[in-house]
Amino acid sequence: MILGDGMTTAEAAIRVRSVFHQFGEEGDQRFVRALADTSLDVAHGELLCLIGPSGCGKSTLLNIIGGLMEPSSGTVEVQGQPVRGPLPRDIAFVFQENSLFPWNTVIENIELGMTFQGVVKSKRAARAAAALETVGLKEFAQHYPAQLSGGMRQRAALARALSLETAILLMDEPFGALDEQTRMILGEDLSVLLARHRKTIVFVTHSLGEAVFLADRVAVFSARPGRIKQVISVNEPHPRKPEFVTSAKFTSLRNELYGLLHDEIRKAVQQSAAPDTLQAGMGPA
Amino acid sequence: MAGKAADRRNREALVSHLIQVGFLVGLIVIWYLAATRWGVNRLLLPDPVAVYDNLFDILRSGEFIDDLKTTLGELAVAFAISVSGGVTLGYLISRSPYWIEVFEPLFAAIYSIPIILFLPLFVLFFGLGPASKIALGASISFFPIVINTIAGFGHVDRQFVMAARSMGASDYHLFRHVLLPAAAPVILTGLRMGFTTALLSIIGSETLASLAGLGHRIVHLAEAMEMARMFAYIVFVVAIAVSLNAIVSALEARGKRN
Repeated sequence: MILGDGMTTAEAAIRVRSVFHQFGEEGDQRFVRALADTSLDVAHGELLCLIGPSGCGKSTLLNIIGGLMEPSSGTVEVQGQPVRGPLPRDIAFVFQENSLFPWNTVIENIELGMTFQGVVKSKRAARAAAALETVGLKEFAQHYPAQLSGGMRQRAALARALSLETAILLMDEPFGALDEQTRMILGEDLSVLLARHRKTIVFVTHSLGEAVFLADRVAVFSARPGRIKQVISVNEPHPRKPEFVTSAKFTSLRNELYGLLHDEIRKAVQQSAAPDTLQAGMGPA
Repeated sequence: MAGKAADRRNREALVSHLIQVGFLVGLIVIWYLAATRWGVNRLLLPDPVAVYDNLFDILRSGEFIDDLKTTLGELAVAFAISVSGGVTLGYLISRSPYWIEVFEPLFAAIYSIPIILFLPLFVLFFGLGPASKIALGASISFFPIVINTIAGFGHVDRQFVMAARSMGASDYHLFRHVLLPAAAPVILTGLRMGFTTALLSIIGSETLASLAGLGHRIVHLAEAMEMARMFAYIVFVVAIAVSLNAIVSALEARGKRN
């Protein structure tokens, strides 16, 4: 339905075609149509933000791309191969919070990710140390997640994902649980990092500002069942400077997104207030 | 500043320990006064000094060893059975939300029944020897262990499982690095509870129907009206139980830290 800006198939790192997803069976108490007819291409090295009202299926789409969930119908291809399950060599995830194992230290968490992925033991320590250095957490290698602030935990989770050296990074509201200021700093750092690593990234967010600041393109979702309403291009080179936030371009893009999202958010709020869908609202994560 | 706060905490801990010790000393003083000054029948309440002398004699002669071996042997076998059965079954049930839904309330209901009521049945089945104590101890301690194992393995945060799977974790990786450490604290609590109930039920059942063991010895002395010696054995059993529970609690705390 909506493709990249004249992108050919060969360029796409991720291809999503007519994906539908529902939770439960029709007539079920918990039946939810999460995604309807979603198609999308993500180019190599591109950062695409998914933005939309709560429960619109953004995270569901991310999990489907990453092979953690199977779509009810439709296809997803990553690097030209159909997705049939997790692809640890191509895709690393950063989740919203609490995905570091609390019983392992930061460095153990990072090395464990590489163990799961199948990295030989002799390479793990060096790669873990390098990843920690990249996110500025070198001093905290021996700390447990509970001893870190929320922002540091997310840096550690990012380090774990980077250490896996995948071409694609899927980030599910990685800064969603953080305060505005921490979020801003992490966003700036991420932009610098990305300019250096040239990864393909799909980034789910609630924040208009975060989407404009980070993304090459922003895909705006409609209320449930989610479908892509429009895709906006940002056209600003990485790394993005802090000044970008105060530019007229930033403001006008942010306003455009706000206009596109506002009605959908109203619809989503009405959906969740309607008694017959109250239960349903708990379906998709 | 931190030092001052720590000092205050230490002082408060010391004071509460002093109160605890004082309470126990007070009880012994009352016991002593009751036995020596207030005219309570010596046949019912022996003098604490006589109890102390008997305890000393029991320890020195080593006559307790056979009974202690019997009781601890029963405990070890019963606990081994309930741990292996409870943890294995709990893990298998925890693999399916459906089986959790079926068995969790069932086991919780059975756990609330006083299983000691079945002791006569166990004696009929297994005789007066250690087998009936083992059967009782194993059945009683099985339930806290299986319930906690189901709770531990069955309610691991899905986020951890998703994260591990996304990084390519195999079934073995998932068990060893995610499910086991996530479940361990809850399972360890179950093991401690199981151990305590096994100990209580085995000593208890020895006092009701048995041929040997510490519980049996205590009842035997009571029937012979050797009250001072019986009290000495009670003190001995209390000391054993307290030390075993302290060891198990320490192991539990250590297991949770790692």
